[in-house]
Amino acid sequence: MTDTVLRKSYKTHWLIILLVTAVFGTGAILLGVQYWAEIKSIAILYALIKIILIVAPLMGAVAYLTFAERKIIGYMQVRIGPNRVGPRGWLQPIADALKLLMKEIIVPTNANRFLFLIAPMMSIAPALAAWAVLPFTDTLVLANIDASLLYILALTSIGVYGVIIAGWASNSKYAFLGSMRSAAQIVSYEIAMGFALVGVLIAGGSLNLVEIVQAQQGSFLHWFWLPLLPLFLVYFISGVAETNRAPFDVSEGESEIVAGFHVEYSGMAFAVFFLAEYANMILIAALASLMFLGGWLSPFEGTWIESWFAWVPGIFWLFAKMSLMLLFFLWFRATFPRYRYDQIMRLGWKVFIPITIVWLVLESAAVVLKIGPWFD
Amino acid sequence: MDGFTNFLKSLALWELIKGMGVTGGHFFSRKITVQYPDEKTPMSNRFRGLHALRRYPNGEERCIACKLCEAVCPALAITIEAEERADGTRRTTRYEIDLFKCIYCGFCEESCPVDSIVETREFEYSFENRGENIMTKQMLLAVGDKHEAQIAADRQQDARFR
Repeated sequence: MTDTVLRKSYKTHWLIILLVTAVFGTGAILLGVQYWAEIKSIAILYALIKIILIVAPLMGAVAYLTFAERKIIGYMQVRIGPNRVGPRGWLQPIADALKLLMKEIIVPTNANRFLFLIAPMMSIAPALAAWAVLPFTDTLVLANIDASLLYILALTSIGVYGVIIAGWASNSKYAFLGSMRSAAQIVSYEIAMGFALVGVLIAGGSLNLVEIVQAQQGSFLHWFWLPLLPLFLVYFISGVAETNRAPFDVSEGESEIVAGFHVEYSGMAFAVFFLAEYANMILIAALASLMFLGGWLSPFEGTWIESWFAWVPGIFWLFAKMSLMLLFFLWFRATFPRYRYDQIMRLGWKVFIPITIVWLVLESAAVVLKIGPWFD
Repeated sequence: MDGFTNFLKSLALWELIKGMGVTGGHFFSRKITVQYPDEKTPMSNRFRGLHALRRYPNGEERCIACKLCEAVCPALAITIEAEERADGTRRTTRYEIDLFKCIYCGFCEESCPVDSIVETREFEYSFENRGENIMTKQMLLAVGDKHEAQIAADRQQDARFR
């Protein structure tokens, strides 16, 4: 009895929300179209609209990345993955989001309430803020600042605070252990990642992402992945470690420490951590495609079929490369068992850092002596 | 030299690439998922699901209250009480199976001299209230009446092995 009554009230509830959003949404769009010139003159409003235009598709991409992950890993494990909600399961991420939205956020009695609630925000804020300087094409970039590479490095490092604070504020030993692990891991891999990016900026001759991509013009072979192959591999593997993805997911190693730093989180607070993780994954994929795979440059540039693909917008190539990188994230997760914690540290400090340093020395020598076909 | 090639191999991520080849190959293989409520796996005629008490074709219940099933039951899930009926035959007044205790071993079925207690192919059942786990004689007979055709066919198919 109670069950049916509840379900009914929820239904009307959602209908009202949907109706109100639809009315206000169309109203806002119509107003925006009518007063476009005025809006453009108000800098903050204009910037806000641009931000929404980046963040809203990003959220959609995160939602469908979780779906792609479940499907692809399922397929690799000879299963078919979620296929019950909507046609072929395509509404699964929507259902997941609604479920998490309606759940209660439980704050443990002995947790530090303020830090506990602010930690997810500290996790998501840098993950979203980094997108501000990310160029989608030469001109399509929210803030084309000179040191965008530095800005991104700085912001991705801030993300670790969300993890540490979440683990500490939970007042739980598993959360604490998980956050300690992931903090040490993120800090170690940041160094190798930073070195790999130094290689990129030597080759590109700039800290500006647009100029770095423009420096890769020429052909498929001029992209930095080939001359900087070891750095590309180190960068991408460090990126996997940075985002705490398998096989470097010791911070949430289910078999050892339950779920790591977010054991105590539920509902939307938990969802925000996942949002941050997936937004970071997409960010790493975007950076890898910008810095090593020629960003929005066509892969057929400089070959005889180039003109066939002249009509394809550059942003499509960027998204294709990002999708490829994201596929690798999921493929890794389906393939590799979790690294042991000390092996992760060994890999970071004793393998990646020496490799990057050796390659940096070789690359610098090549640049100074003007040898090698790529640094003309 | 061997150590050196190993070093080069690990530097080239050789084993990891091989591993990714395996998972990548499986991505395209035929999926083995059985989408349960829509698809079902084939079931043996010896399947041991929900219990049933059978009747003879003339409607008389088979059980003669010999209590062999009660004696053989390793989980002590069966409770039987019996008395002499007006026509002088020995019949159960109470025949109950506690489905929480039952381990579905099929011993009751094997021990029954008149093929009365059997286990059917029924396995999709649930309880919503306390006490529903006790199958009374009426419920067991009802299950038997419902599935008699299937039960008889399954016994027939298995007859030459018994």
